[in-house]
Amino acid sequence: MTEHISSGAASDEAIIQLRGVEKTFAARGANAPVTALHEINLDVPRGAILGVIGRSGAGKSTLIRLVNGLELPSSGSVRVDGVEISALEERALRQERRSIGMIFQHFNLLARRTAFGNVALPLEIAGVSKAEIRKRVLPLLDLVGLSDKVDRYPAELSGGQKQRVGIARALATNPKVLLSDEATSALDPETTEQILALLKQVNAELDVTVLLITHEMSVIKGVADRVAVIDEGRIVEEGATYDVFTGPQHATTRNFVSSITGTRLPEHLATRLSATPSAGKEALVQLVFKGEGAAQPWLSVLTRKLDVDLGIVQAKVDHISGRPFGTLVVSLPDVAKLPALLETSKELGLETEVLGYA
Amino acid sequence: MPEVFSPQILKLLVDSFVQTLYMVGIAGVIGTLIGLPLGVFLATSQRGELFAAPAVNAVLGLIVNAARSTPFIILVVAIIPLTRLIAGTSIGTSAAIVPLTIAAAPFIARVIEAAIRGVDQGLIEAARSMGASPLQIVQKVLLPEALPAITLALTLTVVSLIGYSAMVGAVGGGGLGDLGIRFGYQRFMPDVMLAVVLVLIVLVQGVQSLGDSLARRFDKRSRH
Repeated sequence: MTEHISSGAASDEAIIQLRGVEKTFAARGANAPVTALHEINLDVPRGAILGVIGRSGAGKSTLIRLVNGLELPSSGSVRVDGVEISALEERALRQERRSIGMIFQHFNLLARRTAFGNVALPLEIAGVSKAEIRKRVLPLLDLVGLSDKVDRYPAELSGGQKQRVGIARALATNPKVLLSDEATSALDPETTEQILALLKQVNAELDVTVLLITHEMSVIKGVADRVAVIDEGRIVEEGATYDVFTGPQHATTRNFVSSITGTRLPEHLATRLSATPSAGKEALVQLVFKGEGAAQPWLSVLTRKLDVDLGIVQAKVDHISGRPFGTLVVSLPDVAKLPALLETSKELGLETEVLGYA
Repeated sequence: MPEVFSPQILKLLVDSFVQTLYMVGIAGVIGTLIGLPLGVFLATSQRGELFAAPAVNAVLGLIVNAARSTPFIILVVAIIPLTRLIAGTSIGTSAAIVPLTIAAAPFIARVIEAAIRGVDQGLIEAARSMGASPLQIVQKVLLPEALPAITLALTLTVVSLIGYSAMVGAVGGGGLGDLGIRFGYQRFMPDVMLAVVLVLIVLVQGVQSLGDSLARRFDKRSRH
């Protein structure tokens, strides 16, 4: 299925489908027209959590707003569950938006409505009766863990609680898709994890497909099955989160990945590093272990087999999508044994890179 | 005994007070009926907004500015033909309501516009993402969220109208201001003038306190 989708062929499984999407904002005054998105192709498989990551200004906000028609593409096609969003009349578009929930960085709750009132709002807009609204809102507040805050105003809630109200509100009309616009960017790390766990729960229990945008790799790592990397209005890389994390292809992706895997050498080592060996210097070798090879006790196998001494300069082990992935930078005093180390490492399924000599 | 406490003067004070309330009340209500929708439209009709109509917005803005820049006393005499058309006469308390209303409506439109513009744009986006129509956004988001600011804006309007109402004596409008001019100034009765000023101070103070307390009650942002 993965191949099928990434090949860009039409897929019944993709609930959100962007094809050749361009978005240009018209010139205003002295400002030239701005092309925010170029040639975007993206599929979000039904039931998935797909994260789009990019720096600010990369076009991710525009991208997510295309999905519910808050922005319309200059050209190309945006389909949600088979419906061409840009072809809809205003009234039909409003109807369609009820099946696409959205949550926001700054929550966007109405200050003069209680938690209950905020969750009730989309139902009121949809013309649902008062009795029905009650029946729908209370279980939703219960789902997001706020059954004791029903009558509280946003000013009385913490950031995490506000976002929980936002999530309940977005789910009120039983959407198939949930759009998350930097929903955790205004929250502290601990609260972020709780909100991400809630998104996972919603995705699994209510069968809601989630498309989220973020600038934080930790969010992608924590929650996304798939990731798309956007840079200067183009999607430069897309795939299963584990694959993208363990084998980033594009420079932007590598940057994001290193921000979380922490495989950049510390400053004092990096400046001493030279490309050629010289007397008294040790070789620094980066070993990346992932997939099958990651599970075996390869470090002790290496040292025993080659009879070498290895120092550990830097190490980082992580688990993405439930699979281990790590990077180890070792120092090898006996430079003569470098070729043997590289070869044996490869046999063990490790990726190797000689960083230099220090 | 000061003349202010003579039964005749007291009756004049009470009558003038009632006239002021009547003029300000009716002008305030009709002015709001015109100014509120106008203010909402001004706040939502620029390019890219809910009811985008930049040309209409510009024309209405110009009219509102023109009305706002005409000194009130000039407005009162300038629109006498219109007043006669609407009220049947150009003098008296009821007739004075016409220029007061015409002064109040654009004033209210501008203060309402400012109140509506104070609502976080993110709320409009959230409502749009829920599938709300522009009218629903006004009704369910903009007006309710702006209510504290609107309350303060209307309080300001009423206080201004009380000030304006002192000038409609020029067309026989009556009211407290007129009483102060005719008796306090023209008939050299400083104690009547003082009494009028004191009543006005208490009235304005009362209106402001009421407005403040309502606005506070409507505002849910600073609850703890």
